[in-house]
Amino acid sequence: MKSVINILDLSVEELQKLIDTANDIIKNPTKYSEICKGKKLATLFFEPSTRTRLSFEAAMYELGGNVLSMSDAGTSSAAKGESVADTAKVISCYADIIAMRHPKEGAPLVAAMNADIPVINAGDGGHNHPTQTLADLLTIYREKGGFDNLTVGFCGDLKFGRTVHSLIEALSRYKNIKFVLISPEELKLPSYIKKDIIQKNNFEYLQTTDLQSVMPELDILYMTRVQRERFFNEADYLRLKDSYILTPEKLQNAKKDLSILHPLPRVNEISVAIDKDERACYFKQVLYGKYMRMALILMLLEVL
Amino acid sequence: MNIDSIKNGIVIDHITAGKALEIYNFLGLEALSCSVAIIKNAPSKKLGKKDIIKIDSDFDVDIDILAYIDPDATVNIIKDSKLVEKKKLKLPEKITNVIKCKNPRCITTTEQELPHIFKLTDKQNRIYRCVYCESKAK
Repeated sequence: MKSVINILDLSVEELQKLIDTANDIIKNPTKYSEICKGKKLATLFFEPSTRTRLSFEAAMYELGGNVLSMSDAGTSSAAKGESVADTAKVISCYADIIAMRHPKEGAPLVAAMNADIPVINAGDGGHNHPTQTLADLLTIYREKGGFDNLTVGFCGDLKFGRTVHSLIEALSRYKNIKFVLISPEELKLPSYIKKDIIQKNNFEYLQTTDLQSVMPELDILYMTRVQRERFFNEADYLRLKDSYILTPEKLQNAKKDLSILHPLPRVNEISVAIDKDERACYFKQVLYGKYMRMALILMLLEVL
Repeated sequence: MNIDSIKNGIVIDHITAGKALEIYNFLGLEALSCSVAIIKNAPSKKLGKKDIIKIDSDFDVDIDILAYIDPDATVNIIKDSKLVEKKKLKLPEKITNVIKCKNPRCITTTEQELPHIFKLTDKQNRIYRCVYCESKAK
């Protein structure tokens, strides 16, 4: 029995199997519509997250399974002081698989160590969010046909953005990827990720504060939000905030086949005018996230 | 300075100078009723100076804890006044309940009964990370 807590819990072969399954689901949805009949997914969300929970629930329903949902931690056993370990043991008696979001880092691992059923980490604080990375990977795969030889730009908050860290980790297992890291000085990629992942694996990389200058190089542009609360003073925020807002003007010198990704929700970092551009992939990315969750559920339930 | 040699017991030698008290505390040597000698700043050809701990009983030293604190130390087992075994230490792959995770966002801060487990993730730089939140041990 396997759980997925970190994206690196999945081997490159397993990732490819998930991508192949997701692509097959997209092509033949009816083939999968009853495949999880009689199986139950428990969504244990100890902090609010409408979109991820709904994506998991939609995924299970589209596989013909059922969902047991605990969406309000305030009224659950956790509010009475039950430990994550005990909750996992109890839910193992009711469901076949768990998707868990928790504000504390490592909580889904504790659940996996104690549950008798597979556990999927649906986000643990600012730590891991592997199914978002699965959505990112399927989007890149479908847009580019693979992962090797790509120039991938990450723009915005590279310091605190867990989706950025996970995607860099996942991509570092492929060949000849160039990482372009675009952020204000204050929000640069943490040095341990640069050292332990990018430099250790001998990937080419470029760090810059200027999105415009590197735009023509990029095959993928992964946007994230620059949040006001990350800055020490308001003046710095005001000085920098607009540099990382993507507008049609800034895309003028971009490749014709650039793919723009964003983990969403966005606030203002991508202008709404870009939504109609063929290069905008962020809403497709949401849909692909559901298909990858379907594929992951199938893999962990060993249904296929 | 003379300290009696021991008949049956353990000598922890080649301790990095200044670490003897830390090791004494981590190994829980204060609970022993036998003689325990702490020698600080003893001359050493290899290290310049070193600390030594002598324990006058067959105490079961937790090699993993010792290796985590000072992997260059050696453990000598003495039986009938003779050295019968010399143990070299190597960094343990995993340590449990030796140190605590300091990350306030880690699940171990709210679930008090969870064991604090750290894994060796970088042997060269002796880096251990919490298995739950992956924070570096401090």
